[in-house]
Amino acid sequence: MQQQPTEVVSPRHDPPPTGGSGDVSDALMAKPTWSDHDLIGHGIPIYDVPFVTVGGGLGSFAMVDILRVAGVSAEHMVALSDLDQPSETYEHLAKNSQIPSHERLRSDSGSVLDCLWGWPGYALREAIADRNPKRAWQVMTEPILAEYFTPKAGQVYESVTREANRIGWSSMVKKGVVRTVRRREGGEYFVLFTPATGTAATKRIAYRCRYVHIAVGYPGVKFLPDLQAYRDKYQDYAKVLNAYEPHLHAYEEMLRRPTTVLVRGSGIVASRVLQRIIDDRDNTGAQTTIVHLFRSYPDGYQGDKRTFRRPARNGWSYQAFNYPKSAWGGQIRYTLEKLEGQERSDYIDQLGGTNTAPRKDWQEQLDRGLEQGFYKQLRGTVKTVEPTADGRQVNTVVTTPDGYELGIEADFIIDATGLEASIEEHRVLKDLLSYGGADKNPKGRLNVDHDFLVRGTESGAGRLYASGSITLGGYYAGVDSFLGLQYASLRIADAMAAEGFCKKIGPLRSAAQWTRWARNKTP
Amino acid sequence: MTPTLSGRMQSRFVLLLIVGVPLTLVLGAVLPRPTATTTLSDMYEVFFAALVLVGVVGIVWELIYHGLQQFRWEKDWPTIFGLVTGIPEGIVVYLLLDRGFPWEFGDVPISLFLQMFILVWIAIWLIANGPLQIFFPRWRYQGGRFI
Repeated sequence: MQQQPTEVVSPRHDPPPTGGSGDVSDALMAKPTWSDHDLIGHGIPIYDVPFVTVGGGLGSFAMVDILRVAGVSAEHMVALSDLDQPSETYEHLAKNSQIPSHERLRSDSGSVLDCLWGWPGYALREAIADRNPKRAWQVMTEPILAEYFTPKAGQVYESVTREANRIGWSSMVKKGVVRTVRRREGGEYFVLFTPATGTAATKRIAYRCRYVHIAVGYPGVKFLPDLQAYRDKYQDYAKVLNAYEPHLHAYEEMLRRPTTVLVRGSGIVASRVLQRIIDDRDNTGAQTTIVHLFRSYPDGYQGDKRTFRRPARNGWSYQAFNYPKSAWGGQIRYTLEKLEGQERSDYIDQLGGTNTAPRKDWQEQLDRGLEQGFYKQLRGTVKTVEPTADGRQVNTVVTTPDGYELGIEADFIIDATGLEASIEEHRVLKDLLSYGGADKNPKGRLNVDHDFLVRGTESGAGRLYASGSITLGGYYAGVDSFLGLQYASLRIADAMAAEGFCKKIGPLRSAAQWTRWARNKTP
Repeated sequence: MTPTLSGRMQSRFVLLLIVGVPLTLVLGAVLPRPTATTTLSDMYEVFFAALVLVGVVGIVWELIYHGLQQFRWEKDWPTIFGLVTGIPEGIVVYLLLDRGFPWEFGDVPISLFLQMFILVWIAIWLIANGPLQIFFPRWRYQGGRFI
């Protein structure tokens, strides 16, 4: 259905000036709150839609999916996005961090993004598709008799695509880039949007809406400061690499000649990178030596209480997922909900922090590497990072805990620490902080309440919500996960249902909608 | 599952009610009766007494499970635990019934008890591990609580 811009005639003001450029002006951008006339005066067409989600990735998808189940029609929602598929950005990051479609993610069977009910989970689906009960047995006995079942990345993407088709996702997507979200005089919001070239008559258009949902994902990845300084100074983007950015050339080079790789970071992405390098050694005869630098080196248990400690071994801290399972929906979730400010932030650090999954195949590779000498571990802090004299390698000088200085000459340095950029790196978020009334929590992300409402941004009856990694530090730890995105969406939908925007998903609606989902019928 | 203490109790009672009761009604009618003189109401008397015991004694069991769960970093209760705890629970319920608790039934044939108990336990376990969420999508986020 083609939407027509709404003609706005305000009883309170003079008729609007005409002949605007269709673009914003500095004067408009400096105004925290916009009126209908402001936009008309700039020649920016206004479209009315009750709900807009900004991002168009998996966070927006999870939100829209649940609202469709809660009875909101596709015509009442718009997803503003520069992506072709909701899983596009995720897929890109996963591929870079060495998880192609056939590899398994670090996510559990019930975290099914395409299905709010969580059942049937990925394990049961895989068992049925393969006509092999092995995966069903695994999920029933995890983690006691078997390792946690985790789905293949490709299975997740396929299921998201199927669900996207079912709910009419493509009819809700408008391609382009969101410029800003501003409060509207008299309540609600304007989402100012730059449509993809050739899709609109003006440079900008505005959506006037009661609800805005922001799920823009990671503002960006960041390098460790010493590595960033090296890259800036020597303009060397080939040898110092970030695991979240494309770096396949490094693995290709490792196949061509014996190389030394310095890996920094000891989280899940470091595990993936090490697996890739050692797989290549095992399968294609690469002669790569790995030096793994640890800043902290946990061994034994982390935590001194018998009821609050997690296992660590050889510098790695182990748990199945990025937080303890009950952070998503059990004791830890409720504990966290009661904490405020710095105390909450500290608790999230204790639950999360740097950790990886205790997978036997990874541990076997590392144990073998330590024994055979192709995987070396080193503790310390980096003093300098400089090119070697011949310019062919990078020399990292490390100060060890006992005060010695060691130089490591490596052909590649892979930063797998996964440092995230500040949320101000994202234009829409920066604008919300400057003009929209939003502020930051102790983790430097958006300060949201228990229902993921961005505090301070209310605009009359208008509500602005956020989900995903930009809300880390709030009352829910696992925001940056499939299940966390669904949880946030459910909380938001429930809050919107209480205001009458959609229907509450009670047992009957839930079951009726599940049967529609199972038969692949539109909600 | 990642139950809270209150979620454990609520889940136990709700599942006994919505799965245990209807299934027991069916089982009482279809399972072979131990003697020629056993009536349907005799069957239901024993079966429902067993069901009530699973609920009431279960309060103590859940306290124990919750205590044990505190020693798990994840504060979770793996799926398989929900199945194997049926063994000690079944033994206790049988011993109580056999010793005339809550009242005297005469002889309770162990094979009959086992058929009923195992079927009900597995049905509840299977439904708790998925299909329940078709009706209660928030249940898994609420540590097994319904309210």
